[in-house]
Amino acid sequence: MTKPLLRAENLEISFGGIRAANGVSLEIGEGEFVAIIGPNGSGKTTFLNLCTGYIRPTRGKVWLGDMEITRMAPRAIARRGIARAFQIPQLFADHSVLDNVMLAIAARRGIWDALNPLDRPDYRREAGELLDLLDLGAHADTIAGTLPEGLRKLADVTVAMALDPKLLLLDEPTSGVSALERFPLMDTLMKAMRTRGITALFVEHDMDIVENYADRVIVWEAGKVMAEGKPADVMKDPRVLENVVGVA
Amino acid sequence: MNRSSLALLAAALLIAGLAPLAFPFLQFVLTIALAKGFAALGVALLLRAGLISLGHAMFYAVGAYAAAFLAKSLGFTDMMGLIVAATIVSGLCGLLVGLFLVRYRAIFFAMLNLAVSMVVFALLSKLYGLTGGTDGMAVAVPTLFGLTLTKEGSDTVLFYLALVLAAGLGLVVHRYLKSPLGHALSAVHSNEVRLEYLGVSAASTLLTAYTISATLAGLGGAIAALSIGHVLPEFAFWTQSGQLVLTAVLGGISGIAGPFLGAAFLEGVHTLAVGTVADAWNLIVGAVLLVVIFFLPRGLFGLIEKIAGRKTQAGETEL
Repeated sequence: MTKPLLRAENLEISFGGIRAANGVSLEIGEGEFVAIIGPNGSGKTTFLNLCTGYIRPTRGKVWLGDMEITRMAPRAIARRGIARAFQIPQLFADHSVLDNVMLAIAARRGIWDALNPLDRPDYRREAGELLDLLDLGAHADTIAGTLPEGLRKLADVTVAMALDPKLLLLDEPTSGVSALERFPLMDTLMKAMRTRGITALFVEHDMDIVENYADRVIVWEAGKVMAEGKPADVMKDPRVLENVVGVA
Repeated sequence: MNRSSLALLAAALLIAGLAPLAFPFLQFVLTIALAKGFAALGVALLLRAGLISLGHAMFYAVGAYAAAFLAKSLGFTDMMGLIVAATIVSGLCGLLVGLFLVRYRAIFFAMLNLAVSMVVFALLSKLYGLTGGTDGMAVAVPTLFGLTLTKEGSDTVLFYLALVLAAGLGLVVHRYLKSPLGHALSAVHSNEVRLEYLGVSAASTLLTAYTISATLAGLGGAIAALSIGHVLPEFAFWTQSGQLVLTAVLGGISGIAGPFLGAAFLEGVHTLAVGTVADAWNLIVGAVLLVVIFFLPRGLFGLIEKIAGRKTQAGETEL
């Protein structure tokens, strides 16, 4: 594995009696495209929430490079280079797709500008390039809330990528998307992330997607890492076949 | 801003500027409309973030009382100085109150604003030795750069000054709403989670808007104090705050001119109703509001947009 970009050490958190993270330790290397799989309720999204400051662990630490980010707020972590796309796309629904992306660009460059317009040539150019990269150029002026699910997923990732993150977290990028659209959507995402050299960690249920696109897969079970390795190797593990693939 | 917006703005300013020459009684009506328009513009800013303030009249009162105190206690009587100083005091009060209130949303934000404003109202009413209690405080006719003015002269200068300030500050607020910070403000309403995940503090964005909003309300209060020549605790009463929300919604919050239109319309209806059917004033206003809610969701400003045949995109801010 390349130099670790994200490092989690012994993370623990419980909700009521359920341990969503039970001593989780893992590393994501620079340039990797890593998938997390596991049954519903096993703590996959909780791990993304812990990495982005949405919830805080009762024990353990999270590091981004050499910086500890365990107790930081989501906005502070976002500023330090972790962006997130959500299972349910989180867009400014009544703004155009272009405005969504330009606002993300402005957030990265400095939001504290009260007298110059958001819609300025350099922001528009950068947003246009990013939208073209994700095949959304034709939808730039569409109101984000009116896009179909697949395009909203892409728009959500585009907004996250506009932050020029070191690490992109994707929560079930193909959920809610028709079977026919899944592979084209993943192809587009992979092309964009490889072009921009972004490291990514994605939670996914679809085993075909994981096998085709992930460099490495981490298998989650009851708040713990059950197995990890190359997708082809992990899928041969009897415990994974029995506990995860059968129910994932 | 496009040419048609500029032409509309120039026409509106010209009509407002010339109207008192033909109908002198309109000068006072329009001055108060401008004063309330500033306060309603402040309320409209918060409405863009999806927040209703039911207590913004407190900043209107702070601006008015600040002008009265400065004139009475410090003997500071210059019109420009009084307006600037009272506006700054209101902005600082807005910053202070905002530090506490911007953490809340929806009904909690509305009710906490109401609660704080009622505390201000109670203090203004009860601290008789300081504020004059329910009798209020008189505000002397101001001077202008050392020149002594008659009441009529002062009112005329104040009216045209308020008109110029409405145009100038309207343009500044317009630029703010078009800026990244302005878009972030409406994004608080649209999706606060995404905003935080962009690295933007929703609380700081709101605090900025709240402070600007209080500053505008205070400016309106100072203008009203100098125009009326007397300030009362009722300036901070909750019905005044409700009227400011009503004014903003009636005028329309999609454009800067909306709150001023709403204020002019309400002051006009008020003046006519009081002179003819005084008891039915609230009934008329209620009926007008129902018409606006059902038929003009973008307020009077939306009606003007329709008539002018202009189509604006959702979320776009025009004058």
